[in-house]
Amino acid sequence: MTAVICGYYRSPFTPAKKGDLAGSRPDDIAAEVVKGLIENTGIDPNLIEDLILGCAFPEAEQGFNLGRMLSFLTELPPTVAGVTVNRFCGSSMQAIHDAAGRIAMGSGDAFIAGGVESMTRIPMSGFNPMPNPRLAIEMPDAYTNMGLTAENLAAIYEIERETQEVFAVESHRRAANTDFSDVIIPITTSGGMVSLDGCIRPDSNTSSLARLSPAFKVDGSVTAGTSSPLTDGAAFVLICSEEFARTQGLKILASIESTAVSGCSPEIMGIGPVAASQKALARAGVSLEDVDVIELNEAFSAQSLAVIDELGLDASKINIDGGALALGHPLGASGARIIGRAVTILARNKANIALATMCIGGGQGIATVLRRVE
Amino acid sequence: MVLEMQSPVIQTELKNSGYINKVAVIGSGIMGAGIAAHCANAGCDVLLYDIVPKDATDRSITAREAIARMSKSNPEPLMHPSNSQRIHPVNLEDDLHLLSDRDWVVEVVVERIDIKQSIYSNIEKHLSKNAILSSNTSTIPRSSLVKGMSPSLASRFLITHFFNPPRYLPLLELVVGDEVEEDLFHRMNIFASERLGKKVILCNDTPGFIGNRLGIYFVQRSIAATIDHGFTVEQADAMLGRPIGLPKTGVFALMDLVGIDIIPAVVQSMVDNLPPEDVLHNIAGRGVDIIENMISDGYTGRKGKGGFFRLNTEGGKRTKEARSLIDGSYQTANRKAAFTSARVGRQGLKRLMTHPDKGAAFVKEILLDTFAYAASLVPAVSEDIHAIDDAMKVGYNWKKGPFEMMDSVGIDWLVTEMEAANIAIPAFLSLAAEHGSFYGIKEGEITRLNSTGEHTEILKGAQETTVADIKRRRGKAIRRNASASIWDANDGVLLVEFHSKMNALDPLIMEILLAAVDIAESDEWKGILIANDSANFCAGANLGLALFAANLGAWGTLEDFIALGQDTYQALKYAEVPVVSAASGMCLGGGCEILLHSDGIVAHSESYIGLVETGVGIIPAWGGCKEMLARVTTEKLVGLGPMAATMMVFENIGMAKIAKSAQQAKDLGYLRASDRITMNREHVLANAKSYLLELAEDYSPPKPHTYHLPGPSGRSALAMALSDLAIAGHATPHDVTVIGELAKVLTGGECDHTEELSEEDILALERKAISTLARNEFSLARMEHMLSKGKPLRN
Repeated sequence: MTAVICGYYRSPFTPAKKGDLAGSRPDDIAAEVVKGLIENTGIDPNLIEDLILGCAFPEAEQGFNLGRMLSFLTELPPTVAGVTVNRFCGSSMQAIHDAAGRIAMGSGDAFIAGGVESMTRIPMSGFNPMPNPRLAIEMPDAYTNMGLTAENLAAIYEIERETQEVFAVESHRRAANTDFSDVIIPITTSGGMVSLDGCIRPDSNTSSLARLSPAFKVDGSVTAGTSSPLTDGAAFVLICSEEFARTQGLKILASIESTAVSGCSPEIMGIGPVAASQKALARAGVSLEDVDVIELNEAFSAQSLAVIDELGLDASKINIDGGALALGHPLGASGARIIGRAVTILARNKANIALATMCIGGGQGIATVLRRVE
Repeated sequence: MVLEMQSPVIQTELKNSGYINKVAVIGSGIMGAGIAAHCANAGCDVLLYDIVPKDATDRSITAREAIARMSKSNPEPLMHPSNSQRIHPVNLEDDLHLLSDRDWVVEVVVERIDIKQSIYSNIEKHLSKNAILSSNTSTIPRSSLVKGMSPSLASRFLITHFFNPPRYLPLLELVVGDEVEEDLFHRMNIFASERLGKKVILCNDTPGFIGNRLGIYFVQRSIAATIDHGFTVEQADAMLGRPIGLPKTGVFALMDLVGIDIIPAVVQSMVDNLPPEDVLHNIAGRGVDIIENMISDGYTGRKGKGGFFRLNTEGGKRTKEARSLIDGSYQTANRKAAFTSARVGRQGLKRLMTHPDKGAAFVKEILLDTFAYAASLVPAVSEDIHAIDDAMKVGYNWKKGPFEMMDSVGIDWLVTEMEAANIAIPAFLSLAAEHGSFYGIKEGEITRLNSTGEHTEILKGAQETTVADIKRRRGKAIRRNASASIWDANDGVLLVEFHSKMNALDPLIMEILLAAVDIAESDEWKGILIANDSANFCAGANLGLALFAANLGAWGTLEDFIALGQDTYQALKYAEVPVVSAASGMCLGGGCEILLHSDGIVAHSESYIGLVETGVGIIPAWGGCKEMLARVTTEKLVGLGPMAATMMVFENIGMAKIAKSAQQAKDLGYLRASDRITMNREHVLANAKSYLLELAEDYSPPKPHTYHLPGPSGRSALAMALSDLAIAGHATPHDVTVIGELAKVLTGGECDHTEELSEEDILALERKAISTLARNEFSLARMEHMLSKGKPLRN
């Protein structure tokens, strides 16, 4: 059975620590988005099978099987189940894959899938990082710092710092020129209603980026300006079987044609989208030339440029509305955001095929092929 | 009305009545914002007023921006960033009605009588009947400001003159009028001294009060002498700073700091208000052309593009340059401008003044005139020479006040020299010559000469008791060696004072601390108070000693010293009587560890506490790691989980974090929530003693802490973080070694987090780590560098 996407909404994405959502609990942010999604799509909540939540650091305020807690916080009927999945940065794309897979095997007709991350309130690596000491010695790259993986790719693919900065500036320019208000659910906070993204810098330019010091390696090329910012935010989609969507009269945005995950060496985790995309495209039976829209999660400029280089991607198709360098990258929420963005652009451009893909810490990639449904 | 400084009885009586908690500051310039910030430091709720700029949409933007600037100013006006939340930006057009609940309103606007008076008349109807109104004027007499004021307001009007920056300079000059009720004066006095921590000096209503009257004279006299002697600004400052017991800014760098642009107005205001016979008139015009040229060129001092000194950053290099007083050009500053006599100054001021070189002649000329001027101010400016000395010490950071300096060189000699220089001898100086000195000691108390020729005992409340007072009154220590002593501080309290160089910790101090525990436990003592009068409580262990032992390869001696420190601090912690430490200034390394082993701490608000051992290549090994791991947990500064305590302590010690105030020390865990903060440095000892007596009432020693630490898993996480820092260039290779050893201690060595570790286990880990590091040549290089250069080596 084909899984289709019947709606996509997200919270504003705001900078961790200093942004407008820093004072909000991640479960509260996620709950408002889920409520908005249900209201705006018109789905009958009683018919939802499960709420699948992606989260990269599911502890503290993101603990307690947040997926289930969300079903309570959003006042879904008690019959709607809830689960939390973790594939680091790929968590919410994984949540969508899980829903699509279950629809395919007939294990449900309607799912809320997405993710959340408060990088303000739950630090990357969590509150109690305790790596396996044996693995840390035998294979230190298993736990390697993400910034250094970007440095590694910059070195391997000989990506100059200036090229990375041009890419980042373009991401900001595109994001600044896009109106995201149609997909943003405003979030109520103690400081008032928050409805605007906070990370985009419309005036970003290469000369200001050139002044930044390397962030991860003393003689490196990756700076804060060419890394996605730590961000707070949530994003969700409604996924249904095509038949169910048609019976219920839901608006169908796109179908999920194929999914894939793939592992790679952790020290070059940023290259993960290459193998995952190739697998997913092959499974969907489409070639890269057939793809009209590509959403490639911009963890780092260097990482994105390495993937573009390796896959030979057409720059004009990629991140048409800007990417994570500008919008921010709340780890658990980004997968749902790029799938949502991909289907939004498909609809806007009346295009057919989209590829959404992202890299994942620890050395993985994840990819989804989507097709616009008339 | 003649007011004396309050007696201790009045203090207690008034504590419950004239409470000041709601403050309004009018004017958000540097001084206004500084006063507002300091009131917020004291816990007050503050309204900060300023004008509405033309066409402003945010009508309180002037004050709002002043508050925003506080977090970026250096030195920081706020003791804790969160204190800014107590300051509310308002404006003088829309918000005057908010004044109605204010206990104290202080005006800090431009030095113009008409503007000040118009503010007073505008706000009067909004003030509550009990509100105190004051002006921060530095030069305008109170009698001029109250002209035309309603009697009711005049009876509540004072001058409260703060010194810049208000957080750091303790002087507050208070001027009271005849029509002001005594109770109101005491309300302000107690608020200022207890809450704001100020040294309140009661001044007569004369121009410039005490500090600026004498300070401006000294600066003008120095400018005149610099021109007359053809000295450069470097030469002048090199002689007029440390060699004579003044801050190293001397005169010209001091003007840069204060702001060159405000100097003409301040001097002019003095000239306008001083009687014609005042000798300032003779020199007030000297150097005016130089200063005016500088102002018109934009050289307004540090806040502008430079002043008498500037930093030239051309070509990426920072070069200090000095301005020529002759042609206004800038040349690289001469760092060796001091004359030989400057070094002689260490052996006393008289040695300097009598040295046969040009620098000494220059200093002598300025000081003879300044001393004569100071003596001429008694009794008109103040009857109290001790107040005048205090004003210069706490307002201008002079080591000694003018009368103390005169006593130190000898009055007879001074008079002879003045006569030789054709300086008229002021009557009060002649009086001192008859008595031999300005100060004396009578029955253990210090006396001062007053203008009628009598010696009066210096009045001091019990709250202002210093260690020096206790020692002077007691005469003989219970136990004493070269580095520390034990004194009977009355009421069953044993006082331990350190007096080694820089209060550095050595085996002799440990011996005294152990003896104090023995004595306290064997006799009827209520507790042990660790305190001293120094600017810094204790800057850590005697590194020279440790380095000496290490260079000899005397590892046994070194390890004995470490073990002795651990045993001593454990003995303090588990003594049968309570131990309270009185912290102030720097409390670093081993000094911080004493605080960590005390049952209670009374810290001066300006206490800078930290475990900084990694900077010298070692780790805290006198229980600092052990106590901090326990502390952050028991104080609930961290959540649950095996890594929580370890990570916070790792960050504190690994980065050698020093708390920038006592308030911030609570965030970092160096102070407990229950430890007390005292704003007034002079009250710290008395408050610490009261706290000790409170704790003694029902005291039992603490129970030992037990630990669950993350072991090798946690160490892996810390090693990864450290490796990232090294790759990013934030940690040097030897940082990785030192902090790596720290990680072993803080993660509990080879333990598993299900196992329980004891204090002794952590102490053993500390000993092991420090022994390893003490044998490392790079650590020794760090110690050597610190000892010789006074700053850490980044190897």
